[in-house]
Amino acid sequence: MRTADTSKMTFSKIDPGVGLKKALGMTPDKIIGLVSDSGLKGRGGAGFPTDLKWKLAANVEDDLKYVVCNADEGEPGTFKDRVILTSFSDLMFDGMTIGARAIGAAKGIVYLRGEYTYLRSFLENKLSKRRRDGLLGRNIMDTEGFDFDITIRMGAGAYICGEETALIESLEGQRGEPRNRPPFPVNTGFMGHPTIVNNVETFTWISCIATKGAKWFNDIGTEKSTGLKLFSVSGDCKKHGVFEFPMGITLKELLEKVEGTDAKAVQVGGASGRCVPARDFDRTLAYEDIPTGGSIIVIGQNRDMLLVAKNFMEFFVDESCGQCTPCREGNVKLLEGIDLLLQGQCSMHYLRELCSLGESMQMASKCGLGQTSPNAFLSIVENFKDEIMGRTESV
Amino acid sequence: MLVSEREQLRANIERQIQDYGNNRSALIPVLQEVQLKYGHVSEYVMQVVADILNIHPVEIYGVASFYSFIGHKQKGRFIIRLCRTISCDMQGKDRVARQLENDLGIRFGETTPDGNFTLEWANCLGMCDQGPAMLVNERIYTQVTPDSVHDILEECRKVFGVHTLQEKEMLCELPTQAK
Ligand code: SF4
Ligand code: FES
Repeated sequence: MRTADTSKMTFSKIDPGVGLKKALGMTPDKIIGLVSDSGLKGRGGAGFPTDLKWKLAANVEDDLKYVVCNADEGEPGTFKDRVILTSFSDLMFDGMTIGARAIGAAKGIVYLRGEYTYLRSFLENKLSKRRRDGLLGRNIMDTEGFDFDITIRMGAGAYICGEETALIESLEGQRGEPRNRPPFPVNTGFMGHPTIVNNVETFTWISCIATKGAKWFNDIGTEKSTGLKLFSVSGDCKKHGVFEFPMGITLKELLEKVEGTDAKAVQVGGASGRCVPARDFDRTLAYEDIPTGGSIIVIGQNRDMLLVAKNFMEFFVDESCGQCTPCREGNVKLLEGIDLLLQGQCSMHYLRELCSLGESMQMASKCGLGQTSPNAFLSIVENFKDEIMGRTESV
Repeated sequence: MLVSEREQLRANIERQIQDYGNNRSALIPVLQEVQLKYGHVSEYVMQVVADILNIHPVEIYGVASFYSFIGHKQKGRFIIRLCRTISCDMQGKDRVARQLENDLGIRFGETTPDGNFTLEWANCLGMCDQGPAMLVNERIYTQVTPDSVHDILEECRKVFGVHTLQEKEMLCELPTQAK
């Protein structure tokens, strides 16, 4: 079987409802304390401490607060959320409910990417069942005064809506253009109300932490990157699929597990991530070393790195929201540069200019998309210069 | 469109906006329902929605044109979206693309003259472990090979072709949001 098997994941050993029950027996402060002790950081890739986000939202006074689950995974090479949504959605909903209790929210929204529309009715049925079972609605699990419900809203095919402020814009019926920050969604989120936006996987780990305790989670991983993480593995390796590993695993160890050890490079973090050459395979996957939302694309010996870079740049040209100049124009320039390289017509001087353009984009772009879109290009130029310069064959 | 059809459409949209709380945040779900039902969001629909929400139609156009799953042009009954990003690329999406073009007789971005199929590129569909992947309307196909393309197209023509046609022609009620 090529696809990794979900029965090996921690999630399949956790019974839904147990963590929620425990959490509802605690005060909101205690819940946030638990998350804080676990050291959990955002599993979407940015790595913001979850407890801090929750604490900020909890501290704002407002009658209406929102819990938003970001199910808009669109990073090329990422599909772990799809597996959670299909196999472990109750744990995810439990996690959202725990979040609601912690910050005092009455409403939850799952922002599901348009590409996953086929999962919608399945998830709606799950929600209906939760309402019947008293896991949503009024006085959840007989907790006096705790009312919470979840609705599903669909994305419409825009990668940028994975960025939390763009996601909120989209929920409000606007173009999905990222906002300036501050203010942050924890203060003025959906419809101006305090809102926490967390990734599907983050909410699911919350349920596990509530079930098994903060110490269990904190003992795994590294000091700065605690716990377990799901990785979406594709590309030139024998085993594809979603794998669970402790944070801080080296690329080398990971490649052994997925049988892809003769790789030339690994693209970590999808199109917005970076390309790690074989000589750096002893680096670790952790927030303090190579951070990632979990996309691992194994690149075999016979792949043309320039074509890999081109595929990523085409993606960004397509997905840039066009709001700010460095990103809107810069990605197009980098793509043109790749075409010049492919034709063997790029001088070293011009390549350097392109690299400094990339660095400017990293600094001057308004949101994460433009700040990260040059990463793959820059790391491929840095590590595979020999392969990309002075080409004679036209492709 | 007949006058009565237009009235019905307007009534449906009005009710839907109510269901979503009668404010701007209803906009995208409503456009999505219209897209699902009619295959596109026409200028008439944009005007109706603008009217009800009391905003300028240009705003609606701005939103509709931002999202790749909402379109203002009539497309085929089946919209085929083949993933072009890296993992599917590495698993041979180019050959699948070529075969789709051959079997349909159109290029990417085009619609067959009989109005049945539109061919488009998509970015990562979240099926990278089982590429090449493609969506046909909302249905996902994985590990597509050049020689399976023909069968998939036939399946569209036969199995759920009828269903989609009915939905479109009945102009029935728009489904409401699950409570
Ligand atoms: S960096 Fe790109 S995606 Fe982000 S706001 Fe600017 S143009 Fe839009
Ligand atoms: S790259 Fe094609 S589904 Fe992800």
